[in-house]
Amino acid sequence: MTSPYGTEASTDRDRSLIRSGTRQVKERVVGALFAACAGISVLVTGGIIVILLSETLGFFSDVSLLEFFTETRWTPLFREKHFGILPLLTASVQVAAGAAILALPAGLLTAVFLSEYAGPRLRSVLKPVLEVLAGIPTVVYGYFALTFVTPALRAVFPGTEIFNAAAAAIVLGIMVLPTVSSLSEDALRAVPGALREAAYGLGATKAEVTTRVVVPAGLSGVIASFILALSRAFGETMVVTIAAGNSPSLILNPLESIQTMTAYIVQVGLGEASGGTLEYRTLFAVGMTLFTITLAMNWLGLRIRSRIGGGGHARR
Amino acid sequence: MPDARERQRGAGLGAGPKSARRRREDRQIRLLAALATLIGVVALLVLLLDVVADGWRYLTPHFFFNFASRFPERAGIRAPLLGTIWVVGLTGILSFPVSVGAAIYLEEYAPRNWFTTAIRTNIANLAGVPSIVYGILGLALFVRFLGMGRSVLAGALTVSLLTMPMMIMAAQEAIRAVPRDRRLAAFGLGASRWQVVRHQVLPYALPGIVTGAILALSRAVGEAAPLLMIGYLTFIAFAPAGLGDPFTVLPLQIFSWITRGEEFRGLAAAAILVLLLLLLGMNVVAIVLRNRFYKGK
Repeated sequence: MTSPYGTEASTDRDRSLIRSGTRQVKERVVGALFAACAGISVLVTGGIIVILLSETLGFFSDVSLLEFFTETRWTPLFREKHFGILPLLTASVQVAAGAAILALPAGLLTAVFLSEYAGPRLRSVLKPVLEVLAGIPTVVYGYFALTFVTPALRAVFPGTEIFNAAAAAIVLGIMVLPTVSSLSEDALRAVPGALREAAYGLGATKAEVTTRVVVPAGLSGVIASFILALSRAFGETMVVTIAAGNSPSLILNPLESIQTMTAYIVQVGLGEASGGTLEYRTLFAVGMTLFTITLAMNWLGLRIRSRIGGGGHARR
Repeated sequence: MPDARERQRGAGLGAGPKSARRRREDRQIRLLAALATLIGVVALLVLLLDVVADGWRYLTPHFFFNFASRFPERAGIRAPLLGTIWVVGLTGILSFPVSVGAAIYLEEYAPRNWFTTAIRTNIANLAGVPSIVYGILGLALFVRFLGMGRSVLAGALTVSLLTMPMMIMAAQEAIRAVPRDRRLAAFGLGASRWQVVRHQVLPYALPGIVTGAILALSRAVGEAAPLLMIGYLTFIAFAPAGLGDPFTVLPLQIFSWITRGEEFRGLAAAAILVLLLLLLGMNVVAIVLRNRFYKGK
């Protein structure tokens, strides 16, 4: 007994089989296409490392590692050449440390205020202000450092040079403050409400709850925000290029001109150093040093942050 | 948290000297936190006032239409404005499809194994690489090795490298916000993975993806350091006409005027105002898009 629909059903099935065959091919192609897109990110990382590494190795065939890390003078663009990274490295550290003195406490306190004290209405005003601060281009911060902060410093400390580390550090501090406050606030808000309730239940004041319960509980997230902000200040280019000067020196006087690693890279980039020369290769040796240090800091910061499960959790 | 505040007042603070100290400490911490928050607000206000005071009188119509000039009163931002549109437009065209593809792969296709975990970690780390390092990469790879010279294309490719991680992460977040039920329901009806992505995930996530992309591109608009490495010429008095032309962008023009001397500072400030207005515009578009999207759901 054949069903009246028999033939129709079988052609339908055939058709759907053929369709599912092309469908599978299409599925594969589309999936591979998306995978290739994601693979580009690996290529970029690989590209950075291969290019930096190959030119850096070229650099170290002419300059010994010992000289690079122990020599105290950096004069690759002069006739008498010395290749000691220390003056550039200490300058970058000095500026980042100066920024940290301002940004870490102020950022954490801002996070405390936003997470524990400010009401929803005040928060809805303050958050966008900090977001705007975070979105201002670095060249604008450089302008601010040179035309506002430096003159202000010179009014207070008349011996301040036009280009100085302090102005750059202060402005970098303002620049990374939103990084600290927003990441720390995420960490503080992720602290379970029950912990706060318990402390209040024991008769603690708001300040005691904040300083002895909430901040210690969110500490790893706060530390992660510190590390990520420091790494940003350390690798920043425009502010230090515009405001901190171009004179590599080991002297740690914040009112004097210095040259950070990033500012040196710009100095060579603006000149016409031709490929293959030692000057051109210094670019990569310095870039590699900068890349390695910031990568280590970011990796550490992100690791701590992901271990605590990031932000965005409701408070209760 | 008004309930907590009430509770705090009702907490076991008596009238003794110790309680008075604790009460004082409580007020001090609150004041300290409020003052610290003011630092950011005041810094932003001072910065904006500084720029407006220096630059507003240069904002005339011919500032927008003139090319750079040796004479401050005749100089304008025509070349950097058009250069910015070229570079950022091309960056968007280059980085948007790839970023969305990568995000779809990571959220919808990728199996959870060590390799895809490595890609994820890698993208997050790439977003933190100092932009000047991308400049070195662009100089060595695009300008020198691939022989593109100091061109619009080399600039856009370099900027794409640093916008992509931000775009990918924003797109991932938007895709992750798509409810699981939608996917499961579609799978249950026999839809293939691509059909689910195309008909369920993408339509739902698209406003979020576009918002994230605009914000990532607004970072590209303000980026100076990498372009300083690959495209900086001190004086450009023409607009690019093709991908192989030299160019300048607003942040580079600002840098050029800042370093040129006192009489050009006002021009730098005026160009900063234009740059900030441009960024404001992009952010407003992104926020409107986001709000409309969330209202719809």
